[in-house]
Amino acid sequence: MTSAILAAPTLGQRLSGPWFATVEFLRLLSRRPVGLVGFFGIVFFLLLAFVAPIFVPFQNDPSLVDIYLTPSLAHPLGTDFQGKDVLNQIVYGGRDILTVAIIAALLSTLIAITFGSIAAVIGGRLDTAVVAVTDITLTIPKLILLIAIAAILRPTSFVFLAVILALLQWSSLLRQVRAQVLSLKERDYVEAARSLDLGLFHIVFREILPTMRSYIVIHFILSMTEAMYAQVGIILLGLVPISGSNWGIMLYFAQGQGALFYRDSLWYILSPILAISLVQLSLASFASALEDIFNPRLRGS
Amino acid sequence: MTAVPVAAKPIGVHWNPRRYLGGMWRHPIARAILKATLTIWVTTTITFFLIRLMPGSPVELKIDELIQSSNGAISYEDARAIASSLFAIDLSAPLHEQYLSFMWSLIHLDIGKSFLSSGTSVTSIILAVLPWTLFSVGTGLLLSFIVGIALGLLAAYRRNSLLDRVISTAGSVVSSVPNYLVAIMLILFLGVQARIINFTAMRGAYSPGLQPGLYPAFVGDIFFHAAMPITIYFLTQIGQWILSMRSATLSALEEDYVTAARARGLTDGRIRTAYVGRNAVLPLVTQLAISVGFIVGGAAIIEQIFAYQGVGLRLLDAVRQRDYPVIQGIVLLTTISVVVANLAADLVYSKLDPRIGRAGGAAG
Repeated sequence: MTSAILAAPTLGQRLSGPWFATVEFLRLLSRRPVGLVGFFGIVFFLLLAFVAPIFVPFQNDPSLVDIYLTPSLAHPLGTDFQGKDVLNQIVYGGRDILTVAIIAALLSTLIAITFGSIAAVIGGRLDTAVVAVTDITLTIPKLILLIAIAAILRPTSFVFLAVILALLQWSSLLRQVRAQVLSLKERDYVEAARSLDLGLFHIVFREILPTMRSYIVIHFILSMTEAMYAQVGIILLGLVPISGSNWGIMLYFAQGQGALFYRDSLWYILSPILAISLVQLSLASFASALEDIFNPRLRGS
Repeated sequence: MTAVPVAAKPIGVHWNPRRYLGGMWRHPIARAILKATLTIWVTTTITFFLIRLMPGSPVELKIDELIQSSNGAISYEDARAIASSLFAIDLSAPLHEQYLSFMWSLIHLDIGKSFLSSGTSVTSIILAVLPWTLFSVGTGLLLSFIVGIALGLLAAYRRNSLLDRVISTAGSVVSSVPNYLVAIMLILFLGVQARIINFTAMRGAYSPGLQPGLYPAFVGDIFFHAAMPITIYFLTQIGQWILSMRSATLSALEEDYVTAARARGLTDGRIRTAYVGRNAVLPLVTQLAISVGFIVGGAAIIEQIFAYQGVGLRLLDAVRQRDYPVIQGIVLLTTISVVVANLAADLVYSKLDPRIGRAGGAAG
């Protein structure tokens, strides 16, 4: 594709082989300690949530003599109100939360990219309509609506919850995708593709979107944090039928059982808080490092 | 003779409705008002459909409940009539008429009556709690905006210094931890572990027994009770303002007009406030409006944690008691207040930026 050479090269385009790109990316990342820590944080929590449960045996037996134990060798993070090991719950409690966040982020990114770029490329009435719908969704107080929806629909499966979350949070990304595509579509290589009559699909998905890759990845990560926030929020409020155990449900029980006001249960309540906060922090700092790397205007100094 | 029709129909004065409306649509203030109206309409419609059309909708649930609780003494028709009056929807009418009458009563701010405290209108319930949420959210947001902008400006001017690193890092840390987790941690460390703050004394919007009014003791009491929510809104919003203001200032500093101002020999102080600061703050005004919606939503969890009697807590009570008219009313009224805040921001924005105020200004 000769037209790609004419465009302002982004990092991915300048480097040919994917391996070289990866190395280059890690080199740039290693210069940003906060971003690097965030990257390893994400890797750590993904491993903890999806790989560690394979090796750690699941303990779900309540033990009435071990209630609210302080951290010890047998229970590194203490025990909960039923005498269950907190560390074990942390290991098993990440999968559902992260899965919902990833599905919600994937869906909302997909909605935003598809409609945002198509609206920008086609323009006219379709564009006006998409912008209007986006502006409206952007102003609705999402958590309030989410609380009402959750109260009426009572989402029982986590996939359903993820779909609701995605439907509520695509708007800010769509607005930005549209703005980006509007400026990109005037570029020469898009003009060239249009004069070759390569079709809307080709222009959007093969010419415009690849140059926005980094941008999309960053927003995917940010929308994961948004989904985590809303998800844990409504779990904490007890609006999702409680099944199984995850970090949000741990926190819900810890609060409901009054562990918050019990001085010895510090680690029981702090563990899910730290897990969720650290995931959020890792995602946010990795995203801001990516922004730094991919935005050459800010790089320089 | 031939000149008469031309004189009767001068080209410029001819009223072309399409052109006229098109011009109005392009006018930013008209656009903003139209957008606000549309948003409220869409939310009400979503709410109507959620309440009325979903399988196992609240209306059907209420009818079943009424029949069951009376052991069959109430017929289906009677139960439906009771539910009708509770929801302020005429259930026997065709759906489109139900929708229209629902909209009509909404315009008159009649959103039905509470299930539980019979006879109390939803509007009066909400008006009793809405001021508290608006007060705490507004104060926290305004404080974080002012302090955040000052810190962001400072960080941008001391770019890459130690101060900048500390401010930016602290900003990104506090903005990425969910606000309800910060709230729980505050209780955990300040209330339970260190026992510095007595959180139970701070419950509610004001101390019981005090007569609401504008006298010093009551105003002080209000701030005492709102202190924790305000602190949380402040802490969790300030990072966003610091980071946005920092990057907005950095890009404003690269603009040509700053170089030009420097070349003209203007003082640094004047460039900082009138040239860089003013232009960097402009986009943040719109962001301010968007975060009103975000915090009002997030306030539900914060108010629940601190037992602060605002809209959020009332909403959760209604959810727990399945008091659907109240749920519906709160969704609508919070949306309306957020939309109004957005509208205000749009108007302020067009005042601050003369380019936007004119018709045909920058789109999007």
